[in-house]
Amino acid sequence: MKSNNNTIFWEDERVDGADKVNGKAKYAAEHSLPNMAYAVFVTSTIAKGSIKNLDTSKALAMPGVLDVIYYANCPSVPGYISNAAERPKNAIEWRGHKVLHDNKVRFFGQPIALVVADSFENANAAIRFVKAEYAPESFETNFDKARLDAKNLKTNSNYKRGTEKKFKEAFAFVESEFNIPIEVHNAMELFATIAHWEGEDKVTLYDKTQGPKSTQFTVSRTFGIPDKNVRVIAENVGGAFGSGLRSWANVPAACIAAKKLNRPVKLVLTRPQMFSLVGYRPQSWQKVGIGADAAGNFTGISHEAITNTSRYEDFREGIVDVSKFLYACENVDTKYNLLPLDLSTPVWMRGPGEASGCFALESAIDELSYKLKMDPIELRLKNYTTINPENKLPFSDINLKDCYAYGINKIGWKNRPAVPGSLKENGWLIGYGMAVGIFGAGKGSASVRIVLSNDGKLLLECGVSDMGPGTTTAMTILASEAMHMPIQKIKFKLGDSDLPPGPSQGGSGTTSTVGSAVDLACKTLQQKLKEIAIKSAPVFAGMNAEALEVKNEMVISKSDANTKIDIVALLKLANQDKIDLTITSNGKNAAQLKFTSNSFSAHFVKLGVNPKDGTVKILQVVTTGDAGKIISPKTARSQMLGGVVGGIGMVLSEKLEIDHKTGQIINASFGGYHVPLHSQIPPTDVWFVNKPDPNINDIGAKGIGEIALIGFAAAITNAVYNATGKRVRDLPITPEKLGFKTKA
Amino acid sequence: MKPCFQQDGRRSFLKKSTSLVALYLTPSVFIKAFAVDTIVPTPIAKEKLTITINGKLLKLEIDARTTLLNLLREDLAFTGTKKGCEMGQCGACTVHINGKRAKSCMQLALTHQNNKITTIEGLGDGEKLHPMQVAFIKHDAFQCGYCTSGQIMSAVACVREGNAKSRASIQTYMDTNICRCGAYQNIVDAIAEVAKTGAKI
Repeated sequence: MKSNNNTIFWEDERVDGADKVNGKAKYAAEHSLPNMAYAVFVTSTIAKGSIKNLDTSKALAMPGVLDVIYYANCPSVPGYISNAAERPKNAIEWRGHKVLHDNKVRFFGQPIALVVADSFENANAAIRFVKAEYAPESFETNFDKARLDAKNLKTNSNYKRGTEKKFKEAFAFVESEFNIPIEVHNAMELFATIAHWEGEDKVTLYDKTQGPKSTQFTVSRTFGIPDKNVRVIAENVGGAFGSGLRSWANVPAACIAAKKLNRPVKLVLTRPQMFSLVGYRPQSWQKVGIGADAAGNFTGISHEAITNTSRYEDFREGIVDVSKFLYACENVDTKYNLLPLDLSTPVWMRGPGEASGCFALESAIDELSYKLKMDPIELRLKNYTTINPENKLPFSDINLKDCYAYGINKIGWKNRPAVPGSLKENGWLIGYGMAVGIFGAGKGSASVRIVLSNDGKLLLECGVSDMGPGTTTAMTILASEAMHMPIQKIKFKLGDSDLPPGPSQGGSGTTSTVGSAVDLACKTLQQKLKEIAIKSAPVFAGMNAEALEVKNEMVISKSDANTKIDIVALLKLANQDKIDLTITSNGKNAAQLKFTSNSFSAHFVKLGVNPKDGTVKILQVVTTGDAGKIISPKTARSQMLGGVVGGIGMVLSEKLEIDHKTGQIINASFGGYHVPLHSQIPPTDVWFVNKPDPNINDIGAKGIGEIALIGFAAAITNAVYNATGKRVRDLPITPEKLGFKTKA
Repeated sequence: MKPCFQQDGRRSFLKKSTSLVALYLTPSVFIKAFAVDTIVPTPIAKEKLTITINGKLLKLEIDARTTLLNLLREDLAFTGTKKGCEMGQCGACTVHINGKRAKSCMQLALTHQNNKITTIEGLGDGEKLHPMQVAFIKHDAFQCGYCTSGQIMSAVACVREGNAKSRASIQTYMDTNICRCGAYQNIVDAIAEVAKTGAKI
């Protein structure tokens, strides 16, 4: 048990830790329902065209097969009707690929049929016997080729302040192009949906989602049924990193099959399907120009970007936005175009566009620092701003300078060689690099139910999800601090759309949004307790609520600590078995809207490059976050560690490979798509400014999920340049890009 | 191919299961070459399996194609063992077979007649957590928790194998298990701490 000022809590570990280490925590696919059937997708083997004929007869004859659902026998889905006039009023058209709906193929690996059987083995054995006859059409999956023809591009958004391309007139400038391949979230848990129709218009789903409420909305509108008739349960989510921010084909397909067969259906994607059916970080090309005067003041920044999307949906993200407001600069222009390809639709992947954008911007700044012969941190400090130059509002709080100071000291920045390629340790070329990350810090609305029972236990509920960052823990800690109650007596429940509405977990907004609601709920409960005390407990008769406080599970007079009543005794005295309140906390108030809020990070890397073969070994990482008050230090640290691991993958190994002759992904497994492993992870030091942001919300906390990753890629490539004098602008870094030939 | 298997012998099973598995795992492009279409309507026989799971002897009748992973998760509700790739690449499904770690997605359940399987549910002593489970909580060696069962089963094996003598060795012998949330440093901290106690685990 620890004591921290007047806060008491027992331990700082995850409140749901025990269930995660003993296997009791249940994820979407781990629920079992009576008479449940198993479904497996059959996927297309062409990239584009139509299906002339689909022979399901052999699959239907396989043991245990109940049905093969495809365009010709798929029941009508209200949300699949394109014509609004024909669509039922309460239905909204499904966004994206309408699975099992028509005979069109839009990307390689698209689901074209769903085999449903009485066991997983029977379903899986039958998929190969579904035979499709295609009428293929020409397609394009090659981003690098297609982006060169302006006809292929869709203008998305342009921005300008001051003079365009001003950087070219500067004392010193750089203009460079950057390429990031498609990266795939690849959360460890496979996407899965169990759908169970409990009535004609009532369905329960166990689903892997970052937003039980958003999935509820999607399903209710797709099937044209009332929201309250859709229940989405996602009590544990095995990672998602953005891929769970929308519903994919598995959701409607499981619902369709369960309805058609009138029995619960479980549909689990395979690992290869995780590469093409649940989104990815889009491929990007960027060009950044940046110029500075002799003193290092930025005179102009130009940032252009192209990212891919699918043919059937536009997906855009904040790739060029970071250049608009991270540094003081009067002349900024950005251009952002989309390139539709015959692939599935991308989606936000951790750090989303800002991670791609910061890679380019922070690399370009590093390049410029060498031209100016200036320390890159000094250059950043020269252009430091406390006012957002895009919207002219002050940052609600910014302490990046503290992050720099910590990182400089901890990584040993003084040992960084001024001349690239000039430092060796144990035969390895040594380099130091750093880069900065920034991401918006929002506060939305959320509702929380708070229940204090007369056994002294406190229950809080919100329909948000926890895909791993530790929301359950952070919210429990917040309630413990607000209520001055031990953590053990508090339970925070989430992951169920039946709970009061909360946001999807994403965009680094959960702690700020749900945390504010938890804080407000606790304060409201305390007020209620004070009122009950004044009304029911004779010792408080005639007193004012302001003269009381709720602390250590008691209502106490502020002026006389001996005038007090235990809250359990109080409820009994008032003859109440519980206090049950549901409160809603709204977005930023007028005072908070006078500021612009962001979280910031600064990452520092020391690495070695083997001069014989170009192997990059990261030796040490210091990662620092400026995200207001850190609510749950242990889980927050873990999130930052996770960002470092994600960043290492982004820079050193992750790349989706597509065979452009067939449009097929050729490395759709962990054997071909390399995510970081244990032995690639260097000793990592995590540090937070940990100072409440006074202008964002009442709890002073901002998000860290994105800033943990944003900027990290450039910290590595900048260090590689420092070590070798070779600038890698195309991720991932491979020995060839450092001038080494790979062995044949 | 005959419709079902009458004998229980491991040898005869293996003989038959080999062709069955070959069919099951054969890429669809080769199916035609093997003229597999002709055996399509063959009913799948239930096979007898005697196996001990977490100390409990079970006598089962199972689909011959069932992997140990699917037997645990789908048939026996031991969902603590996770499915991450079904290709032996991620380690989420790691269990102990006769005390040694193995990826349960790569094992046909029927090849484990009379074997003793330990899953994450059977690692601790009843409700009491195993020291490795305690260390994982203490060091926050997970985020989403999905790879955790496999990490812990591998971690216990790593210590028992004598491969947890240094951080570098732990990392190498834990490269079998992917953690996409990136809890690696904390996982190594947890394993190193348990190994340092020298206790028999």
